[in-house]
Amino acid sequence: MKKIYLSIVGFSFICSINAHAQSKADSAKIKPAYTINGTPKQDSSHYNPHKLHLDEVNFVTSYYSQNGDHSAVTGGIGTEKVTDIANGLDLNFVWTNHNQNKNTLAVGLGFDYHSAASQAFVSKTGASSPTGTRIYPSVDWTVENAKTGNTFGVGAYASSEFNYNSLGADLHYSVKTDNKNGEFSAKLQGYFDHVTLIYPSEFEPASTTINTNGNYGDGGGHHNYGSSPRETYSAAFGYSQIINSRLQIAFLADIVEQKGFLSLPFHRVYFSNGKDTIERLPSSRFKLPVGFRANYFLGDNIILRSYYRYYADSWGIRSNTANLEVVYKVSPFFSISPFYRYYTQSAARYFAPYEEASPNQTYFTSNYEYAKFHSQFFGVGFRVAPPNGVFGWQGLHELEIRYGHYAQNTDLTSNVVSLNLGFK
Amino acid sequence: MNRIIKLLGCSLLLMAFTSCVNLKEYQKNRINDSEMALSNRKVEKNELNFQSYREAASGANAGKTGGGCGCN
Repeated sequence: MKKIYLSIVGFSFICSINAHAQSKADSAKIKPAYTINGTPKQDSSHYNPHKLHLDEVNFVTSYYSQNGDHSAVTGGIGTEKVTDIANGLDLNFVWTNHNQNKNTLAVGLGFDYHSAASQAFVSKTGASSPTGTRIYPSVDWTVENAKTGNTFGVGAYASSEFNYNSLGADLHYSVKTDNKNGEFSAKLQGYFDHVTLIYPSEFEPASTTINTNGNYGDGGGHHNYGSSPRETYSAAFGYSQIINSRLQIAFLADIVEQKGFLSLPFHRVYFSNGKDTIERLPSSRFKLPVGFRANYFLGDNIILRSYYRYYADSWGIRSNTANLEVVYKVSPFFSISPFYRYYTQSAARYFAPYEEASPNQTYFTSNYEYAKFHSQFFGVGFRVAPPNGVFGWQGLHELEIRYGHYAQNTDLTSNVVSLNLGFK
Repeated sequence: MNRIIKLLGCSLLLMAFTSCVNLKEYQKNRINDSEMALSNRKVEKNELNFQSYREAASGANAGKTGGGCGCN
């Protein structure tokens, strides 16, 4: 928590510098008000609208707490208790070039800390470290054509945690219709990941160094772990359209192809004959999610935000997701948003619960992510964005708090509370 | 029953598209409300991540579709 407080203070300081960035030039000389009889004077300040400046800062932090009894590490039984603190900082730098095209450079940094009880049982005795961290920087550059509103951009992404490293890159493009009421967008992405081959202790190859305590996953004494690649290529398409002054909709579709080591090496599977092994999944997976959004402004102070998605993949999973959020604007600057999400999926053809997989199967997993289940997620969000700043502080233009409770019919439950602070 | 729902859905979409109004910028005060954005809220970012770890489906929501995993 201390880190979060320090981070907030730090970001606020950055934003307060930005908020006063223009004050020097303005205060150099106070000009008389413009009148039709007078000759407008040249602006003597040296403010340059083309100059790169920090336009917006967003800080998102979340606390996630989960409980369940179907951990994949212990073969579909055992605790799924997890707590996770996720923090993300995004800085948006903006400038215009000589054609008046707007350039945005978005720089992001994420840092997560988690504690997962099942992670301790990578070692048979439960002696592995249950905690871990993840750091994920990102950068994205987008240029927007001043006349057409069309955009083009490139981005890069990295993620590092003890058992998983990832590098990613993307190209994105959007084009508006002539009347600016519709927009088509496309994004091509590639992720190039490496899964560290940390096996359950009973399957650990002899060549792997184990520290003196026999611990795994604690950052010490294990330099011989190999890794296996995993690649993900995706093309994301979207089309949004304003229907009338109160309704706008969007169609979304992704085409995703994954290749490489798609299982996790520390997931156990117990066969029906009582023997155990590690999860084995195919080396390729094709995913096809298609979605639809519709937002409707009802009356003067209610907004309905709806979302539906159908998903299919080559492992036999079919899923439906429906989400509805009702935004009630108590005032133009304060809103309350209860939401409800329903999700259902069929099982992957390789899934079997604890001690139900056949040793004759080619592929098998007891990870309940691939089980048949349905889930509900509901909660409420609050958003404050007054024109003179939150709590009268001009730099803090937006504050959002959101709480949600999630429950699967597999008995997995979780609670998540998130905070977003937007500085300008 | 499914056929009726699909037919109803298609009809609604067709009605929506055929009734598109060509709005001028000054008529977009409601559409331009920040809560009308056809995107996820910033505060939802971490929620989408945990959903993609606990559920098999992902994508078509401007979130992750695989890769860059933070799996526990």
